Amino acid sequence: MSISFSNALGIHEHALELRTKRAEILANNLANADTPGFKARDIDFQSLLREQMQGGSSEQSLKMTTTNGKHLPVNGTDDSADLLYRTPSQPSVDGNTVDTQTEKAEFMKNTLQYQSSFQFLSSRFKSINNAIRGE
Amino acid sequence: MSLSQIFDIAGSGMSAQSIRLNTTASNIANAETASSSTGDVYRARKPVFAAVQQDAMRQAMGSDFLADTPESKGVVVKGIVESDAPLEMRYQPDHPQANEQGYVYYPNVNVVEEMADMMSASRSFQTNVEIMDAAKTMMQRLLTLGQ
Repeated sequence: MSISFSNALGIHEHALELRTKRAEILANNLANADTPGFKARDIDFQSLLREQMQGGSSEQSLKMTTTNGKHLPVNGTDDSADLLYRTPSQPSVDGNTVDTQTEKAEFMKNTLQYQSSFQFLSSRFKSINNAIRGE
Repeated sequence: MSLSQIFDIAGSGMSAQSIRLNTTASNIANAETASSSTGDVYRARKPVFAAVQQDAMRQAMGSDFLADTPESKGVVVKGIVESDAPLEMRYQPDHPQANEQGYVYYPNVNVVEEMADMMSASRSFQTNVEIMDAAKTMMQRLLTLGQ
């Protein structure tokens, strides 16, 4: 019997990666809290994680097959579809939609979820280690 | 690892806010700087913020930098503009800077507005520091993986 890393680590590896990405996006929102015309952005964590678990580019998301290098994807660029705009609760006059409090709360929540994902991943590694040592 | 990106983003935010704090300090310090002509008067200075677009950053740091994230990264100060609000004219014939009519020109600095701006800038700076601290904790945590 061999140890399969992708089976052993499960969802947590992907979750950790997405949490990191989300932290980056939220940090960018907060850095631009005073930039006129800046629109706050975020990702739909659940759907992205599902997509990544199914192996990166999922067939379910109705992507057009490109057989020639000059073919264009349907959604414009592939990645920009993942990044959504936040619905502003109280947009300011200068067109900025960043609500610092909301973003900060989301960031802290994301950090905690990152830590729990990390804890799970770490314990999986410990389990593998124990299995190898046979303790 | 994209966690290190957060340091760049929060760092750009901190530097932008410190420039804003700098202009505020300059405005308040010069709020009562009188002058005898309209051309020489100090005018309130305001920084103009803009989001750093990814392409600009990519050009500066190499082509494969941030290949898969089509968004802005951090904030940049585009420039500092001088306010065109009307100047304050006071009749002070005894003032050494007074012109022939006995008028002295004072800057168009609104001290109350500047104080509010100062608080906003320092709060935003604080937020960016906290983000950086959180990113640091996350990164340090990551180094202990499997231990």
